[in-house]
Amino acid sequence: MSVGIAVERKDALAKVSGRAKFTEDFSVKGLKHAVYVRSTIAHGRVIKIDTQKAREIEGVRAIFTYEDVPKNLFATAGHPYAIDRAAADVADRLMLTQDIRLEGDEIAIVVADTELIAHRAAAQVEVEYEPYAALVTPEAILAPDARKIHPGGNVVGAHSYEVGGEIKTAEKEAEIVLEGEYSTAMVQHCHLENHIAYAYMEDGDNIIIVSSTQIPHISRRIVSEAINFPLGNIKVVKPFIGGGFGAKQDVIIEPIVAFLTMKMNGTPVQLNLSREETIATTRTRHPFYGKAKGGMTREGELKFLDLDVVSVTGAYASHGHSIAIAGGSKTCTMYPRAVIRYNAKTIYANMPCAGAMRAYGTPQVVFITECLMEDMARKAGIDPLDFRIKNVGLPGDTNPYNKQKILTHGLQECLIKGRELFDWDGKKAAYVDKKTGVIRSGIGVACFSYASGTYPGNVEIASCRLILNPDGSVHVHVGATEIGQGSDTAFAQMAAETTGINYADVKVISTQDTDYTPFDTGAYASRQTYVNGQAVYKAAVELREKILSYAEKVTGQAKEALTIAGDRVVYHAQPETMLITLRDLATDSYYHKNRGGQITSEVSFKTQTNAPSFGCTFVAVDVDIELCKVTIKQIINVHDSGKIINPMTAKGQVHGGMFMSIGAALFEELLVDETSGRIYNNNLLDYKFPTITDMPDLDCAFVETDEPTSSYGVKSLGEPPTISPAPAIRNAILDATGVAPDRLPMSPKNLFEQFKQAGLI
Amino acid sequence: MFNIEKYSKVKSVSEAVSLLEKNPRARLIAGGTDVLIRLREGEEDYTELIDIHDLAELMDIQKRENGDISMGAGVTFSQVMENAIIKESIPVIAQAAGTIGGPQVRNVATIGGNICNGAISADSAAALFVLDAVLEIERVNGARELPVREFYLGPGRVALEHGDVLKAIIVKQENYAGYGANYYKYAMRNAMDIATIGCAATCKLDGEVIEELKIAFTVAAPKPMRAQTAEDGARGKRVTDENIEKIAALVMEDLNPRDSWRASKNFRLQVIRILAKRVITAAIEDAGVQR
Repeated sequence: MSVGIAVERKDALAKVSGRAKFTEDFSVKGLKHAVYVRSTIAHGRVIKIDTQKAREIEGVRAIFTYEDVPKNLFATAGHPYAIDRAAADVADRLMLTQDIRLEGDEIAIVVADTELIAHRAAAQVEVEYEPYAALVTPEAILAPDARKIHPGGNVVGAHSYEVGGEIKTAEKEAEIVLEGEYSTAMVQHCHLENHIAYAYMEDGDNIIIVSSTQIPHISRRIVSEAINFPLGNIKVVKPFIGGGFGAKQDVIIEPIVAFLTMKMNGTPVQLNLSREETIATTRTRHPFYGKAKGGMTREGELKFLDLDVVSVTGAYASHGHSIAIAGGSKTCTMYPRAVIRYNAKTIYANMPCAGAMRAYGTPQVVFITECLMEDMARKAGIDPLDFRIKNVGLPGDTNPYNKQKILTHGLQECLIKGRELFDWDGKKAAYVDKKTGVIRSGIGVACFSYASGTYPGNVEIASCRLILNPDGSVHVHVGATEIGQGSDTAFAQMAAETTGINYADVKVISTQDTDYTPFDTGAYASRQTYVNGQAVYKAAVELREKILSYAEKVTGQAKEALTIAGDRVVYHAQPETMLITLRDLATDSYYHKNRGGQITSEVSFKTQTNAPSFGCTFVAVDVDIELCKVTIKQIINVHDSGKIINPMTAKGQVHGGMFMSIGAALFEELLVDETSGRIYNNNLLDYKFPTITDMPDLDCAFVETDEPTSSYGVKSLGEPPTISPAPAIRNAILDATGVAPDRLPMSPKNLFEQFKQAGLI
Repeated sequence: MFNIEKYSKVKSVSEAVSLLEKNPRARLIAGGTDVLIRLREGEEDYTELIDIHDLAELMDIQKRENGDISMGAGVTFSQVMENAIIKESIPVIAQAAGTIGGPQVRNVATIGGNICNGAISADSAAALFVLDAVLEIERVNGARELPVREFYLGPGRVALEHGDVLKAIIVKQENYAGYGANYYKYAMRNAMDIATIGCAATCKLDGEVIEELKIAFTVAAPKPMRAQTAEDGARGKRVTDENIEKIAALVMEDLNPRDSWRASKNFRLQVIRILAKRVITAAIEDAGVQR
């Protein structure tokens, strides 16, 4: 038994002891360092660039500008290749650009002996611009006479649907109708390890890229497209990685390092972005502007939700409209019995480029939905928790959006469990007289749904190769990438569970190398335990079968009577009697002169289901009205992620997600000047990423449904914890103060404006 | 990697003073938590460094026979927080020190560096202002003393000339004995932040009457400021909620917070008003009157 047990993470010791090697830790002989020359304006065109002074600095090896790079536009989103080219990502990037679309756009790049020299040289490159007015607000961007940020115009994508009936009819049936406008802020992943990659050439015509990436195989393809180099001659290696949260589900710096080494006769070149560059010029979370309308009966039956959102992707499309599509679809799984209309548009802007970020558009749309739900319940005078319990989906409901039957739907159970754990009713009664004075108290709840992969939007392919080593241990090769979420540990547990081999004897090869690692599209969409778990399962079944067949050959006992118990083969009916150790069996298979061979299994599997996962947040807050500060007194997430593979790492996932959402709720906001497009706070001092001292104790619980479409009953858990805390906190602030914040973050300075407007201060 | 062209580790303050004299471009580095940031940003003004970090003569904290307390400028904030003399006699300094950065920063950042940097947000400044601290500054022609209230000239500017080395900070007994005190740092997060507004107060009571109130703010004007009008208005007033409100309302007479993208002027005014009230109340409580 390995699944369901809180075994120690496979990488725990390497990480806490500092022995884990990250991209920057490898010493590469003759390594040169690249630094970008970045635009100082947000919108315009370079009319003159002079690199002469920079070239004269000692230690500068090369400088390339937008004039030197291939002119083929490429898409950077870390999606599988779309055979249907109509569904392909928007190709709007060049490695270096003459057209400036954000402050910090990449115009040229300097390669030097040291990073310091490269920085000093980059500062000496003289650039003249023809500046255009920066377009930052949706009004300015969508104005009829607005300049086109890209040749195709300022709208990246749009779609709308109306499911579960007709809004027109539902609106007539609704006795209470409410409208609201809610918006979310641009936030950044703030993964510990900034974007970093280096590349060199080997054997004349092979490019090797070592990169902190979530998607090594996709990265290989996109580099090939960007620099016109054969895919088979590019190898991408992913060592230990210090977090990504979606910012590395995008191919950002790999093409340029590959280009540089190619241009420089294979010289190894590294690009190591600073924190400031990472925040401003890699990827952010799309800010959403939502107009929402909902209707219900007086008894609390939700009739319809009508959501109209604008998603701002910034300077480049990156994941483009996919974010708004994915974000919107979740509401239909939460409230599948209501009529739902969703109208979404994604637009360019002269500001940092948004891409994938943990939960991919869902935190934004769920914030809008759960603010509206709260405001409706309050208008109707119904307990907001009762309102949700009454209207959330149930097992067997059909998702009106994709017409799929929802096989496991634990949301209502999560709400009921949370009600008890949190003592919702007790707190509600206790807080009745805490709604006046300087410190006011309130409680809030919000729920969410998510998916366990991207199917049918994208192919869901995953692979697993298992090898029985001569000592009886097992190696697991998976294309799914460990980026801190604990997937290596989960896969080892799965392989151990299904083969019967000890967890300690199962080693997952954590470094992906596209030359050796079987194909997988990477770490995103909370897909790994659900999608890759199925490949691991199938490979483990096959390996077990092969081991037992070989045991039959060696021992002469019918394999049907045998099983694997830890490090040995035993009788099924009498496990205490050993027939042969795995070590002896494996040694025999490798070295017996006349029989056997290396025992391996290899599976590549495409998952064609996508189980929705669910959960909710309960939170109690104190609000200091005078100082506009919110203190979280208690917060608990309750999740239906199917069966939990590892309770300890699952808890860690939930804590991390809650942390991010609390950050988005109360602290974080990447600010861009609406007139100039200047980015104000792309550093960790001015970007108020919360510290550990700002975090309350984080609590979580699970409702373990048994999802039949996955191999171990699992559903997604990586991203979901970061969805519902922010709207729950908003609803608690409303409960405490009577003021309904309509935008994130609910930071002191933003709350000040709202409290002032409401006459509280 | 930093662009450090010249670096000298000195063994004494006098060596630092004479090296500064000979090197017009040289700058001092102590804890480095400000200087290294400037270097990382590529500022060319910091390429020649004289390192006074860990100099024993700058690390001393002592109570003199007359009761005055002297803190070496090179004392780190962690040392300030843990020092028995400070904790007993001028705990408001330890309280302010505890709000600076995070543990790693406090382990190296020095109290002298914090004020010589000239930042209007310096957490130690508000506390030193209400304690009427005096600075001992060493220079080639000898030492001089300067009240901390005269030290700040404007944002990033202090009354140090090239060749000056801040040696010690003195808090006289008359300025702490019998006073209650409090400091509140209002920031957007609980650690690793600079103050949106900082406020310190000391208060001496005669029964239920305020004999002396000193209140200082950071980030509320182009330099750390005492709110003199409020202090004058407080003298002789009975401790009542109404009086505290009135005194708090007077602090604005001496302050002029800026309007910026970090925080609007109106928001800062709100914070100033509330902190004045709360910090005065806390200082009064610390002086012995329970509110």
